[in-house]
Amino acid sequence: MKFTLNGSEVTVEGHPMARLLDVLRLDLGLTGTKEGCGEGECGACTVLVDGAPVCSCLEPLAHVEGRDVTTIEGLGDDHPLQRAFMQEIGAQCGICTPGMVLTALSLGPKPSLARIREGLAGNLCRCTGYEAIYRAIQSVSGERDHRTPDADTGDPRS
Amino acid sequence: MGKATGKALYADDLTFPGMLHGRTIRATIPRGRITGVRLDFDAAGFTVVDHRDIPDGGRNIVSLIVDDQPCLVEREVRHVAEPVLLLAHESREALLAARVHLEYEEQPPVFDPLASDAVLKELLIEKGDLARGFERADLVVEGTYRTGHQEHVYIETNGVVAVPERDGVALYGSIQCPFYVDRALRVMLGGSRHVRVVQTETGGGFGGKEEYPSMLACHAALLALKSQRPVKIIYDRVEDMLATTKRHPSVIRHRTGLTKDGRITAMDVDVVIDGGAYVTLSPVVLSRGGIHAAGPYRCANTRIRGRAMFTNTPPNGAFRGFGAPQTQFAMEVHMERIAEQLGMDPVQLRMKNALRPGDTTATGQTLAGDCSAQRVLREAVKRSGYRRKKARAGTSGRGFGVALFYHGSGFTGSGELKLASRAAVEVTATGVRLLVSSTEIGQGTRTMHAQIVADAVGVPYEQVEVAPVDTSIVPDSGPTVASRTCMVVGRILERCAREVRETLGDLTPQQYFAAHGPLRVEKQHEPPGWLTWDEERYRGDAYATYAWGCNVAEIEIQPDTYEIRPIRVTAVADIGKAIHPALATGQVEGGTAQGIGFATIEQVVMRNGAMANAQLTNYTIPTTLDTPVIDVVLLENPFPEGPFGAKGLGELPIDGPAPAIVNAVRSLGIDLREVPATPEVVMLAAHSRAAVEQHHDLLTYGAALSGVSPGTS
Repeated sequence: MKFTLNGSEVTVEGHPMARLLDVLRLDLGLTGTKEGCGEGECGACTVLVDGAPVCSCLEPLAHVEGRDVTTIEGLGDDHPLQRAFMQEIGAQCGICTPGMVLTALSLGPKPSLARIREGLAGNLCRCTGYEAIYRAIQSVSGERDHRTPDADTGDPRS
Repeated sequence: MGKATGKALYADDLTFPGMLHGRTIRATIPRGRITGVRLDFDAAGFTVVDHRDIPDGGRNIVSLIVDDQPCLVEREVRHVAEPVLLLAHESREALLAARVHLEYEEQPPVFDPLASDAVLKELLIEKGDLARGFERADLVVEGTYRTGHQEHVYIETNGVVAVPERDGVALYGSIQCPFYVDRALRVMLGGSRHVRVVQTETGGGFGGKEEYPSMLACHAALLALKSQRPVKIIYDRVEDMLATTKRHPSVIRHRTGLTKDGRITAMDVDVVIDGGAYVTLSPVVLSRGGIHAAGPYRCANTRIRGRAMFTNTPPNGAFRGFGAPQTQFAMEVHMERIAEQLGMDPVQLRMKNALRPGDTTATGQTLAGDCSAQRVLREAVKRSGYRRKKARAGTSGRGFGVALFYHGSGFTGSGELKLASRAAVEVTATGVRLLVSSTEIGQGTRTMHAQIVADAVGVPYEQVEVAPVDTSIVPDSGPTVASRTCMVVGRILERCAREVRETLGDLTPQQYFAAHGPLRVEKQHEPPGWLTWDEERYRGDAYATYAWGCNVAEIEIQPDTYEIRPIRVTAVADIGKAIHPALATGQVEGGTAQGIGFATIEQVVMRNGAMANAQLTNYTIPTTLDTPVIDVVLLENPFPEGPFGAKGLGELPIDGPAPAIVNAVRSLGIDLREVPATPEVVMLAAHSRAAVEQHHDLLTYGAALSGVSPGTS
């Protein structure tokens, strides 16, 4: 089975129904992709397949044949989103962070807050309450808060 | 940076040469005796362990407060998912395919803590003269309040790897309290064996990795010793939810005497929590819950009675807040009902009764100048626009609710004295190194401790190294629990660092090291000298100090589904001093979100003593779309004995969201008194109080009950 992984072509001998998550972690040694639930609910195992976020725990190996897979390792060690997650404390325990970063990347440049909230709805974080994750993503795009000001308090965070 | 690049290594990311995978075979009945065990697979290539494999000199217990919980069942089963047998194999597939048949003689289980006659722990807190307090009352308000289980849902499930080392093991794992695990292993294996515990990067804890990892560690160690190979045990999500601890469910009764103008004259509180099948940490949970049960209010005549009961469910255990979220939920919803009955503004009622400096708590502790109850209340009301918005509530359809709360920092009573925690600071060739057993589990321990040391030594943050959490290297600074890591351990580090600063004189650490060689300062925690505590009578200074919080919740109820939709939660927290404001804000935001889940959607459905919805598909936690705007305000009224004035922070934020949200629902005319306030519960409450009372089982057994509809009342 051949596919493109983080820009390079790889060949994997594996059962066509093997979970992409296991292929990445066990066969290819890329442990940056995390397992949180094994049933596609938490998004910790998110990878990008042709640029779209996919739960690798639900993705059979056969599905990615000939396609372009990006894992957190594919971003290198100094991607602006990675830096922003650390600077804004968008990563607390960090187990959801690789998946969060990849999903955030798939939202394209300068996503609105509404778009971020909708886009990240499949990635669970138990530590942050998500606010710091929004701050991280918005700090990269240079977009500040898009929420309409609160009529009562003038607080832009309403 | 490793967390964002995928390079940080969590337990499941570790591999060792020759490593086996381990699996736990568990009981499937809530109570009875095991009469037979049959392996329905070819055991070649498997390592099989039962209780008889515990080494001579060791004991079949998971050592904690009371040594009642076996590491592996010998005969008696007390709850579903109790560990009986351990298997290990090179291949995960072979391991999962192995079938084991257990035969039982079943006994009738007890699931209802109110029906249980097995008392795990009782407490009594008394102050003043209760009867006289009620005599002075113009009005008495009573009520019963309930909270359900809550599952931690750390996104990384429990996991450890045990590696044979010398005559014992090195244990790597996702853990909050390395020295708890270290001790449990020594007791189980027998005193003289080599044990070393290393914390791996930990994907969330929230109390859920306080006591349970000792069980996993014992299991992995037994398999590793028998096979003489490294053994990894990683729970999948279902097993983690089925077998590990949860927040204690509670039933709390209040009876309160008041004058016409809203002064509290007497408080009588009765707290019952469900401990589950073994003692674990329930006595301490009951203790913290009981001490916080009268809320942040002044009352001369108070009685708090508490009971933790045994039942035949998996043991409930530590969860952020540790009993206080349950008891303060009851107190704050009760306060709202008092305001309703008095026809008084709920903020005014709270302001009138809130604790002030110089007041005494239910245990008789006199509060110092860092008591900020009124201050946080005032700030939260102002910041949230509560009064203006509530005045317009009729047209907006939104509900608004307030909750005022506090949280004791550090271990209860003389706990910190007994713990005698230690920490150290060393001068190295490159700067300084701090050594603690406090774990980084997402809350920012490493950063916060390094910041304290950098500030106290007077070196740049980048020159502070944090020693790896390995019990063979670091001193025992106590467990990473009880909102003690900053205030207590941080304070020891501050004292070590100040002594280093004095010794350095005019030299930098690097210059000192070049001239004089290494320097190490290790110190023990010194609780404030004025702290007194009577453990028998629950009198005195229950905590060195308290952090103070106030939430205002703004919600809507979906008219067709009865779902509560939180719009915005204002969270004001006075934590003495924010050592690292961004980390502190993150703690408040995250704790608030977890409290919102506790209030609205997180329902553990129990069937025959087991969690029936042990999956993230049907036990849901707040997603981005369920989590409202969380607006955090940090106030800093310093505690002189904390590092730079800091108090405990981690648990405070989860005490308030549930009552604030329920009170917001109440403001819409719905008599709600329990969480989780699932749509079914809100629908029944909207119909009538009697309808909810008839279906209290909803909180525990979910919607599985047939015939639940408003019409059935």
